[in-house]
Amino acid sequence: MQMPIIRAERVEKYYAQPSENRIQVISPTDLSIVAGEIVALLGPSGSGKSTLLRMLTGLSAPSAGLVYWHEKPIATADVNVSIVFQSFALFPWLTVFENVEAPLKARGMDPAERRKRAMKILDTVGLDGFQSAYPKELSGGMRQRVGFARALVVEPEVLFMDEPFSALDVLTAENLRSELLELWQKKTIPTQAIFLVTHNIEEAVLLADRIIVLGRNPGHVRTDFKVGLQHPRDRKATAFTQLVDYIYKVLTQPDAQPPELPQTPTGKKVRDQRQMHYQMLPHARPGGIAGLLELVLDHNGKDDIYRLADDLAFEIDDLLPIVDAAQLLGFLTVTEGDAAITPTGAEYANSEILRQKELFRTAAVTNVLLLRQIVRAIEAKSDRTVAEEFFHDMLDEQFSEEETLRQLETAINWGRYAELFDFDASRRRFIQPQNVQNDAEPGVEIRE
Amino acid sequence: MIQLPDSFSYIRGRETLARAQVLKRTWPFVLDLCVAVMGLACFYGVVLIAKHWFGHAQPDIVISLSPRALPLYAFYSVVRIGLAYVLSLVFAVGYGYLAAYNKRLEALMIAGLDILQSIPVLSFLPGVMLAMVALFPTRQIGVELGAIVLIFTGQVWNMAFSFYSSIKSIPKELSEAASIYRFSRLQRLIQLELPYAAIGLVWNSMVSVAGGWFFLMACEMFVLGTRDFRLPGLGSYLQTAAGTGNYVAITWGLVTMVAIIVATDQLIWRPVIAWSDKFKFEQVESSARVQSPLLHLVQNSSALRALTRLTTAPLEERFYRRYADERKQRVAEAAATGSIESEGGERTRVAVIVVAAAVVGYAAFHALGLLRQVELAQFKEILKGAAATFMRVNVSLLLAAAWTIPAGVAIGFHPRLARIAQPLAQIAASVPATALFPVILLALIRMGGGLGIGSVALMMLGTQWYILFNVIAGAMAIPSDLREVATLFRFTTVQRWKTVILPGIFPFLITGLVTASGGAWNASIIAEYFRLKNQTLQTVGLGAQISAATDNGQFQILLLATMVMALMVVTINRLVWRPLYRLAGSRYKLEG
Repeated sequence: MQMPIIRAERVEKYYAQPSENRIQVISPTDLSIVAGEIVALLGPSGSGKSTLLRMLTGLSAPSAGLVYWHEKPIATADVNVSIVFQSFALFPWLTVFENVEAPLKARGMDPAERRKRAMKILDTVGLDGFQSAYPKELSGGMRQRVGFARALVVEPEVLFMDEPFSALDVLTAENLRSELLELWQKKTIPTQAIFLVTHNIEEAVLLADRIIVLGRNPGHVRTDFKVGLQHPRDRKATAFTQLVDYIYKVLTQPDAQPPELPQTPTGKKVRDQRQMHYQMLPHARPGGIAGLLELVLDHNGKDDIYRLADDLAFEIDDLLPIVDAAQLLGFLTVTEGDAAITPTGAEYANSEILRQKELFRTAAVTNVLLLRQIVRAIEAKSDRTVAEEFFHDMLDEQFSEEETLRQLETAINWGRYAELFDFDASRRRFIQPQNVQNDAEPGVEIRE
Repeated sequence: MIQLPDSFSYIRGRETLARAQVLKRTWPFVLDLCVAVMGLACFYGVVLIAKHWFGHAQPDIVISLSPRALPLYAFYSVVRIGLAYVLSLVFAVGYGYLAAYNKRLEALMIAGLDILQSIPVLSFLPGVMLAMVALFPTRQIGVELGAIVLIFTGQVWNMAFSFYSSIKSIPKELSEAASIYRFSRLQRLIQLELPYAAIGLVWNSMVSVAGGWFFLMACEMFVLGTRDFRLPGLGSYLQTAAGTGNYVAITWGLVTMVAIIVATDQLIWRPVIAWSDKFKFEQVESSARVQSPLLHLVQNSSALRALTRLTTAPLEERFYRRYADERKQRVAEAAATGSIESEGGERTRVAVIVVAAAVVGYAAFHALGLLRQVELAQFKEILKGAAATFMRVNVSLLLAAAWTIPAGVAIGFHPRLARIAQPLAQIAASVPATALFPVILLALIRMGGGLGIGSVALMMLGTQWYILFNVIAGAMAIPSDLREVATLFRFTTVQRWKTVILPGIFPFLITGLVTASGGAWNASIIAEYFRLKNQTLQTVGLGAQISAATDNGQFQILLLATMVMALMVVTINRLVWRPLYRLAGSRYKLEG
């Protein structure tokens, strides 16, 4: 067994709450990065991919557990890593050259040596002649090249990448990916290992020697396996699509054990750690749910989720919440990566707007605890209003502050659509929906 | 005093562009010559100031009303403003930096900033002056420093706040990039924090310097008991001129004032704004950019470049190398001991805090002890004055709003009108109200108006511009499709104002009113009590009481009145303006 460069031992991340509860973002996780591999970290949004990356680089300290750099605690080691950021994170007031030179300056290198190294790396990534341009004069792809140049100029042992291609258009991203792979395979760069966070499954299968899939609530490793495909990889090859399909299945079945891998998986399988009181509401809009159901219905009521995403040109992060929401409401069932519409779902997709709202209302009250509680609370109060704060405090016990706000936002959105309740944004209170026909003020005609 | 959104204040015509093009092609030699001349001028200025300051104290300064004395007076005033500004900038950066990075002090420092920003600075005038005179052996240098410190306290807080909030809003990934690439604190400051904060600092500097003129005019000449403090400068020139009723001198003074303000705008702010354009945190290059020939001159001068190459660049290199070495050493030590924390400093820190708290507490206790001398009647008088000033401030706000809202909306809606009215309003607004006070008061007395009405007019004079400029900006920000909807559905005038215009300008109007209200409170100290032609005009009011207490040296009343005023301003801010701000930020925010 090779000595790992970075090894995480039972690292976890949580936020302490005022009460005894604490919000677990990442449950205790073991992970190591060894020389010679490209590791891809996949997972739905909210599974703590970026948090894990930041703990592995030493940028953020884990709440418990330790990260080791060459078997020394990372806080005291001389770590040599770089990060390529999704937003590029270039300094807009520095020229391309100054941006690339900045990390070398921080290391106290001579100006002459700095210049030599920076020019060489700019040459390597294809930025010849752009050294005195400002980032804002460049296209997105060129800017990310600067990001790569800045990351590579310090000759990092491990190169971390946080969704480096997701802000770029498809062709540019493809181009950069293959150039990166070439640099890596030809050993043009002395980098020992690459750690890539992505939500693009194909990208992971295309690049990685090893794929780790995270699950959420709290974040945990669901599967961790080696990819046995030879480079260059062909997107059309059966082995490739099988693997993509397999990962889709893992991602769409958050509660099940990962199914058998077409290749040989060598990972640990961790179960969800806690039973939640409230379900996590997926952040999908009712309109999106209706749209998805109509599409599934067009595909004879049943289709592969991978194909659906492809049809819609959606990334997994965009599609999964909608699938989850439809599933939660009982409009859709998902088995083996296939989505099948239920009878209610079919009726919903076929109905006109008022009937749709009715169906949504029934489904929401039956299936969503939070919405049920809000409706009951409004009915129980004599003034027929309840403060948002009340539910905020209850959700707070279970979710992080940010997630609590998003949960409430989604609940308000769904409740308003279903006419379960209305929300007074200036007083931050849930109120009983107004009956339009009766309460309409004179002079405000709704219908002719 | 000019608070303009950058969208429309600095868009100039084609001829400026052409001028910039010409300068680009001139030989570097000419540019070098210009820079050299400017450098010499600066040097001479420093010598002159030094002579004035470190020479023997002038026993009693006589302000000459000859126009020939004006350039020198103007020069002194400008230097005072400049020094106070440099002091403010350094302090603001330090304060903002500390507040942003010290978790323990952050909340305290920000609350302090909030209060310091709203306290009327002019009520500190006597205290600061006396302290400075006592501190320094020669009276003249004490008074000079007093004036500078006072201007400093008037202009530093919004700059500090701007720097603090800029640091706080640095995008997470940029600051992570700085950490992962091991930037030292210095490199972080130079390459990340200062550039990111630059634009906010520049705009706040403009506002601050305009505010600085306001205070300078007031504190270049004032009386404390039997002592008469005066400094040679534009403010004392104008006051003396008004005091003697010398209209020629008044005109000369005002012309000089306007000339200085226009020159500052052209020679300092425009180049600085053009330069700060590169710090815009945006993804695409904007089309409308401010041009400045002077900036070109500075940037293309090879002599200046050589100067940086020989001085700052090697210095910077040395610093970077030292920080890198220090870091290496730290890491090596940490690897040896297995810990990166040091624990020694904790005890000293606690001790320092305890001592500081004790000193502050002791001083505060003694200050409060002064209040025991205040009699009940005096206390009632102060409350009465507070009510009167409160009324006056609000009346002046209402009157100002009554004319600026329609005017501002009209200007904002009609670009052609804006082109004519904008520069006029800018010049009118940039003359510090305190410079005009004596002049206007003279006119008012001639017309037979008392200070009761006069003071309202004086308050308006300084504060209406804040409202006007904000309303203009607000009207311009209303999307044209909203206005088209109003036209399409034939809204009546009342309906148009109620549903489109007033909600549309609401956030801007609130911003303007808040600033104006603060300004009006501050102005009350000068406006309600005025010395003109050897007689003292005064009316009932808190400001008058503060000034009168200053004149008679009644420090207990001064303290109490100042406290009451600060308390009222802070309370109004918390109870009225802050909820309105929140409303403006949520309900009346025009997005997209």
